Amino acid sequence: MSDPFLDAHVVVRRPAHTLDVHLRAEPGEVVAVIGPNGAGKSTLVRALAGILPLSDGHVVCDGETWEEPRRGVRVEARRRRVGMVFQQGLLFPHLSALRNVAFGPRSRGESRGDAEAVARDWLGRLGVGDLAERRPGQLSGGQAQRVAVARALAADPRLLLLDEPLSALDVGVAAALRLELARHLARYEGASLLITHDALDALTLATRVLVIDEGRVAQDGSPDDVARRPATDHVARLVGLNVLRGVSADTSVRLPDGSVLVTATPARGEVSASFPPSAVTLTAGEPVGSARNRWRASVTSVAPHGSSVRVHLDAVGGLIADVTPTSSARLGLVPGASVWATVKATEVSVYGGEEANR
Amino acid sequence: MRTRAGRGPAVGRAPLRLLLPAALAVAFLTLPLVALLTRTPWSQLLGRLTSQAVLQALRLSVVTSLAAVAVVTVVGVPLAWALARLDFPGRSLVRALVIVPLVLPPVVGGVALLTAFGRRGLVGAPLDTAFGLTLPYTTAAVVVAHTFVALPFFVLSVEGALRATDREFDVVAATLGASRWTTFRTVSLPLAGPGLLAGLVLAWARALGEFGATITFAGNFPGTTRTMPNAIYVELQSDPDAALVLSVILMAVSVAVLALLRDRWFDVAVQGAVRR
Repeated sequence: MSDPFLDAHVVVRRPAHTLDVHLRAEPGEVVAVIGPNGAGKSTLVRALAGILPLSDGHVVCDGETWEEPRRGVRVEARRRRVGMVFQQGLLFPHLSALRNVAFGPRSRGESRGDAEAVARDWLGRLGVGDLAERRPGQLSGGQAQRVAVARALAADPRLLLLDEPLSALDVGVAAALRLELARHLARYEGASLLITHDALDALTLATRVLVIDEGRVAQDGSPDDVARRPATDHVARLVGLNVLRGVSADTSVRLPDGSVLVTATPARGEVSASFPPSAVTLTAGEPVGSARNRWRASVTSVAPHGSSVRVHLDAVGGLIADVTPTSSARLGLVPGASVWATVKATEVSVYGGEEANR
Repeated sequence: MRTRAGRGPAVGRAPLRLLLPAALAVAFLTLPLVALLTRTPWSQLLGRLTSQAVLQALRLSVVTSLAAVAVVTVVGVPLAWALARLDFPGRSLVRALVIVPLVLPPVVGGVALLTAFGRRGLVGAPLDTAFGLTLPYTTAAVVVAHTFVALPFFVLSVEGALRATDREFDVVAATLGASRWTTFRTVSLPLAGPGLLAGLVLAWARALGEFGATITFAGNFPGTTRTMPNAIYVELQSDPDAALVLSVILMAVSVAVLALLRDRWFDVAVQGAVRR
């Protein structure tokens, strides 16, 4: 068995809390790290980047040991090949977009001309080639974040660290950039780590999801796994989202079991469709309303979830629904009970697919 | 007084017990300058300005204050950076040492400089025996005295500016492969530009007006150490009108440079910093 591309055991001890996380990733993998505020997500990223020293453990990337306190090994941040995208963008305010992106290649010894050629190329790939001469102050939030992604990738990193790259953006802008980010992450040859507290980011962009809670890994699995079979209640609360994968043609997504999910968003090709548990309505008899997505399902589990009740169903590979305690009692929701689940087409978000839906 | 949103009557009338002392302070600060301008024998101005002694003092003041600013910049920027960016034991002690000359009476500073760099001083004596170098009562001594009093202003101003720039930019630069030197040169320093400029102006103004330490450490010799403030001091005892004229000239030079900086660089630099 060959060694993984990224093999990290990050231990950072602080007076208030300890982070102790095992993490492995192969080239091309996008690992989403999700967890509540204060779980240690940012500490993990900073430790991997070499900004924060490890207390113990190791970081090995692409066959090179970056840090191992027990052996006294520590490669400083600037000699690790990491690219970082920060929540606030953090573009250098006194430099043009072009010179921001050229900063990495330039620091690694390329001539100004070569560095700027690389920078122009990356700005173009992120769709902001025409903004090369602008200062960060003259860019919108979405444009600035595209430049920030270009800057991180232009330095040709082996490990890409994205620290909540979308969370400071407006919803619409974030959605557009999410799609684009998915394309770039899919093409990127190194390993990527996406820090987020948004389940949507984790479940749509990542090939694997690592849930961190109180400094430890609470769950490590595929997005489907984590969403459908959360290891703990805490994880369930964090990643409570229904995600269905299928092939879309216009507004219908054909699911692996042959059934069709109707959406309001036209798309083509392989997509992820998601909707929150609160969008799922449960009824005892066959529903009569306008909702076009309906499944007959058996209840597999019922558990209190905040002020509502979370119900797991066996339909389409596993659905989760949040209902009020009143309707739970009225429907007699116990494991094994039979119900109808419905979701309105307008509640379903669609991600991925071909360029046509951009 | 003009009222603006948030400062106007919405929050109530400004109390007299605050307004009166404030007005008094303004009057107190302006009155001497007005008096200086009204008492100046303007008819003599041109004649005095072109006199050999005044030109000599003015030239000396400009040259020595600018030289001091150059020295202050070369050693002050690195010191400010170290105070702002490095964690080292005794940092607060170092900062306290930097501030001391700021509160030290300039005359005491001059005496202290003599005990250090005088012919029999701590450093001055070996310097004299080894190289035959004596510092006091030379033009170089004027620059040393200016540097001594101006450096703290500059260091504090630049350190503040460096601290105000987001340290996360240093982190970004490091992840992009930049060394600390490159980061300092291409990121920290440009971002601290406005503060650096303010520090330069402060230091220069302090050096230009320096009197106590200069006259104590460098003396008052026409042509070599008689700067404008020294010349004013001499003239005040023999020819008060001449002292007035010299004072007005010195004031004009200071105000002119400040105004120039404000228009040419200050606003641009400040806007640049704010736009981010």
